[in-house]
Amino acid sequence: MVRALVIDDSRALRSLMGRMLRDLGFEVVEACHGKDALERIREGAPPTIALVDWNMPEMNGLEFVRSLRQDDTFKDVLVMMVTTETEATQMVSALDAGANEYLMKPFTREALVEKLDLLSIEHA
Amino acid sequence: MSLSETDFDYVRTLVKERSAIVLEPSKTYLVDSRLTPIVRKLNLGSISDLVARMRSERFGEVHRTVIEAMTTNETSFFRDVHPFEAFRTKIVPELMAARASERALTIWCGACSSGQEPYTIAMLLRDSFPELGNWRVQILATDLSTEILDRAKRGVFSQLEVNRGLPAAMLVRHFTRQGLEWQVSEALRNMITFRELNLIEAWPGMPRVDVVFMRNVLIYFDIPTKKDILAKVRQLMRPDGYLFLGGAETTMNLDDAFERVQLDKTGCYRLREAAERRPGYATA
Ligand SMILES: C[S@@+](CC[C@H](N)C(=O)[O-])C[C@H]1O[C@@H](n2cnc3c(N)ncnc32)[C@H](O)[C@@H]1O
Repeated sequence: MVRALVIDDSRALRSLMGRMLRDLGFEVVEACHGKDALERIREGAPPTIALVDWNMPEMNGLEFVRSLRQDDTFKDVLVMMVTTETEATQMVSALDAGANEYLMKPFTREALVEKLDLLSIEHA
Repeated sequence: MSLSETDFDYVRTLVKERSAIVLEPSKTYLVDSRLTPIVRKLNLGSISDLVARMRSERFGEVHRTVIEAMTTNETSFFRDVHPFEAFRTKIVPELMAARASERALTIWCGACSSGQEPYTIAMLLRDSFPELGNWRVQILATDLSTEILDRAKRGVFSQLEVNRGLPAAMLVRHFTRQGLEWQVSEALRNMITFRELNLIEAWPGMPRVDVVFMRNVLIYFDIPTKKDILAKVRQLMRPDGYLFLGGAETTMNLDDAFERVQLDKTGCYRLREAAERRPGYATA
């Protein structure tokens, strides 16, 4: 099964995204901030994809992506920022830090599916 | 608001005659919900009043507005992904080789709605084929609805729209943010010619085309109309050109001159002789 890591400090959003991803056939692991995610990601096989919120306590999404990308074990993990931050400059810094896609909140199920399709094609 | 049978019939006939779109009787709710805003805007009391007004006037602005309101404009960037992937990886390289001496490429979106489809094509060409910079590349985008064409030309999209199917890297490269909306760069807007064209009328001034995108529009038409349109498409297409239809559309049982070819994960259509001349393609 394809693993997805959902990182968001909002429990409601985590479970919403978790549900959408499980419906799509993913096995979902949840984490509530970047630090938590860096621990969980080492339990078991690396996920195929990580959905990462930006603003979180302890370690924010951008910091998480930066430290993830420093570890070669996780170089193939596809990272999609999922955030209310919508400035072009923020998108650029996330992409520069190593994120592969960006989804703005709020989003629909369709939008999520379309972005996942894009990722699977761009990184086939 | 509720709709009488005679009013529904009037709207159905009007829409069918002018756009070829077939409204099933089960779609009365759609007429209701889409015409109510027009009733309000014109300060009329009911849909009955609106129909009475259209009956009493010559065909004009009000009729057009009603027809446009009844069309479905649903679209998104990179809709269904695979057609655009095949376009980028197979079709454009092949056509560039075939057109190397004339250095010209013409692409037509035959029902472009608010523009996501032609802008997707423009972004792909610009990002993946810089060599085309000194070719004559024409992207022609047409639609029945002048209102939607105005939107397409402006190239301003809501956050919800750019969130759908558009790679983030392309968003930051080709759009600028204006408050809650995003506008396509002038360079991309200049690559596309937007023009009004009703598919069921004559198609004056249309060039020969290399690739036709006619997606998610035939589905609204009855069989004779689909046949007519496909016959006209066939005449515009260069013999080695390609046609893309929507996911739920086909030329099968409508026009034998087309043959379906499978390009990776998408199906598209070629003129039969062209497909036969190229045995390398799997046909399905
Ligand atoms: C569902 S949209 C498809 C947009 C785009 N091709 C896509 O696949 O995403 C259908 C479009 O067809 C246009 N349309 C409907 N009847 C038409 C006609 N008779 N001639 C030209 N365009 C028409 C509508 O205005 C609408 O923008």
